[in-house]
Amino acid sequence: MWAFGRVSGFMSLGLFTLSVLLGVLTRSGRPLLVLPRFSVSILHRNIALLAAVFLGLHVGSLLLDSFAKLRPVDVVVPFLGSYRPFWQGLGTVALDLVAAVILTALLRQRIGHRMFKAVHWLTYAAWPVAMAHAIGNGTDTAGKWFLLFAAASGVAVAGALLWRLSSTFLETAKARGGNLR
Amino acid sequence: MNPVSGELRQASPPHAQPVSRLLAAGPEAEYARHADTFGHLDPDAAAPGLLNLLEASGLTGRGGAAFATWRKAVATSQSAQKRLVPVRPVVIANGAEGEPLSFKDRTLLAHAPHLVLDGLLAVARAVAAAQVYLYAPAASIPGAQRALAEHPGGRRIQVVASPDTFISGEASAVVNNIATGSAIPLDKRRRLSDTGLKGRPTLVLNVETLAHVALIARFGADWFRAAGTPQDPGTRLVSVSGRGPGRDVVLEVPGGALLTDVLQSAGMDPATLSAVLVGGYHGRWVRPAAHVLAPNGPVGQVVRPGAGVIHALADGQCGLQATAGIVTYLAGQSARQCGPCMFGLPAMAGVLNRIAAGEQDPRLPGDLDRLANLVTGRGACHHPDGTVQLIGSALEVFSGDVRSHLAGRCSAVGIWAP
Amino acid sequence: MTATLHIDWTRCDGRGLCAELLSGVLVRDDWGYPVARGRQGPERTDVPVRPDDLEAAREAVSLCPRLALSLRDAASGDSQRRR
Repeated sequence: MWAFGRVSGFMSLGLFTLSVLLGVLTRSGRPLLVLPRFSVSILHRNIALLAAVFLGLHVGSLLLDSFAKLRPVDVVVPFLGSYRPFWQGLGTVALDLVAAVILTALLRQRIGHRMFKAVHWLTYAAWPVAMAHAIGNGTDTAGKWFLLFAAASGVAVAGALLWRLSSTFLETAKARGGNLR
Repeated sequence: MNPVSGELRQASPPHAQPVSRLLAAGPEAEYARHADTFGHLDPDAAAPGLLNLLEASGLTGRGGAAFATWRKAVATSQSAQKRLVPVRPVVIANGAEGEPLSFKDRTLLAHAPHLVLDGLLAVARAVAAAQVYLYAPAASIPGAQRALAEHPGGRRIQVVASPDTFISGEASAVVNNIATGSAIPLDKRRRLSDTGLKGRPTLVLNVETLAHVALIARFGADWFRAAGTPQDPGTRLVSVSGRGPGRDVVLEVPGGALLTDVLQSAGMDPATLSAVLVGGYHGRWVRPAAHVLAPNGPVGQVVRPGAGVIHALADGQCGLQATAGIVTYLAGQSARQCGPCMFGLPAMAGVLNRIAAGEQDPRLPGDLDRLANLVTGRGACHHPDGTVQLIGSALEVFSGDVRSHLAGRCSAVGIWAP
Repeated sequence: MTATLHIDWTRCDGRGLCAELLSGVLVRDDWGYPVARGRQGPERTDVPVRPDDLEAAREAVSLCPRLALSLRDAASGDSQRRR
């Protein structure tokens, strides 16, 4: 159970990272090589949902694991855990944020764009918190490969963020800047 | 008792001199003089049958769209009754006058506010409204407040200030401003008569339209139709401007009046004018020929008065430069919420400014055409469509100027050094 | 009468997903916003959708990143999505 919990957590983080990258890409309005825009959007959603499944497995398996000593309250309320409570608490924070983001994304058509958008911004908080949780709780026995993965993800997300903030981010940025011909 | 009808019956044939119905009580009429001139109007007594009377009168909106007033009122009233849980509608008198060349609404509010309030209260009663608003520019509000204090039904009416932006008077912008304080248009997936202010069926009527309602409620549909033509009954206020300061004047003219007659009544000689802008910044440029001012009819013979703006191009002014200035203004007045308007209007203004400035690029008129065709029909309000209409008329009426500009000359202001 | 796809211009940001899904119905303008092919005036905001395109139109409504689209069923005159 302990090993499964670790692997599923790692999978979840990897998929979430991918989903964040695809989310930024989808926001730019650009297609991905041969993938049309709507496919990028669907991929972004499906990978996030898959990540959520692994997140469920991660938390569920550790709840059942005797070594982890995770209590149900730790799933909802952060920083009460027995093992490295701070780093585990970050995991709880990330879980709560991700739950809010996914729930509002699924209910997007009902709650309206404004609410969806406001909560979706929380992703930018959830991702670093989840990564910190993984490093803090997971590195004790992890090898170099994990640090390598964490560094690569960090660079990718930071790069995506910088691109997101650049003036040429939108596909239509040039035309909208008034350059018609 | 109707002190104005006798005089007006003699006012046919319709293409006659300006009449005085709406402003018959004289300047800045207080309630006593208003009641003296027109008589008192009891909304409770006027309401039954008022909508039928409006249908018989053929009154259309004087805010620009010229939609049949009775249709709007009936639609509002019916949608209120059709609801699962019936709600009472909202009626709003729209006195916002963002159009820079229009001043007839503020003139009306200054001189005949009680006629507007009479009409507003009568319509509100006829559609069983729960809330009644007067929406007007800040400058008109002190006068309106004085009138409300005097008027017997004044306490029912809430006053909301309109900002001085071009689109502040667009019906959904009016509703939006009262609801949220932001005077920008809303998406029209559902009509305001179905769901407007706080989801209630909402009727937005121009203040001049309401003043006509007040007179129709008193004197009847036949009296209203005694002026104007069968297709365009009654009278309308027009704001006539141009040709230097001091010439701006509000006239009341019968429906179907000739543009040349109206210009003459305003003290202008049509023969000396090169072009006239009719209908305001969303209107059309025309040569001052024998156009009939009416909301409907064949293009070429009829020109739509819109909100009643008539503006003569000044002597020695280049029509293209005047239009480029207007379009630049209109582009700046976009609410910047609909993409085609937010990007298309500045793009059109840019091309038009290049033509006006004498840039000798023969592709410019084609670019303007293409952009105009791209922008039309794509917005929450008619701001892009109105702008395109103005540009289209300018390219038509000033086609000679376009050719000379592209050749490096301007007949109005002289020749540029290339 | 056919169904119509309503474009809420106040929400549309021209991301282009609808033009991909409904490439026979919509193209994109200079700034990326959708233009109804061969339509003029009000039919550019309430775009008629043929039965063959209905499924793609539903997809576009659900995938629009800005929730700017809604489909009006011709028969009932009712809208699929309420604001």
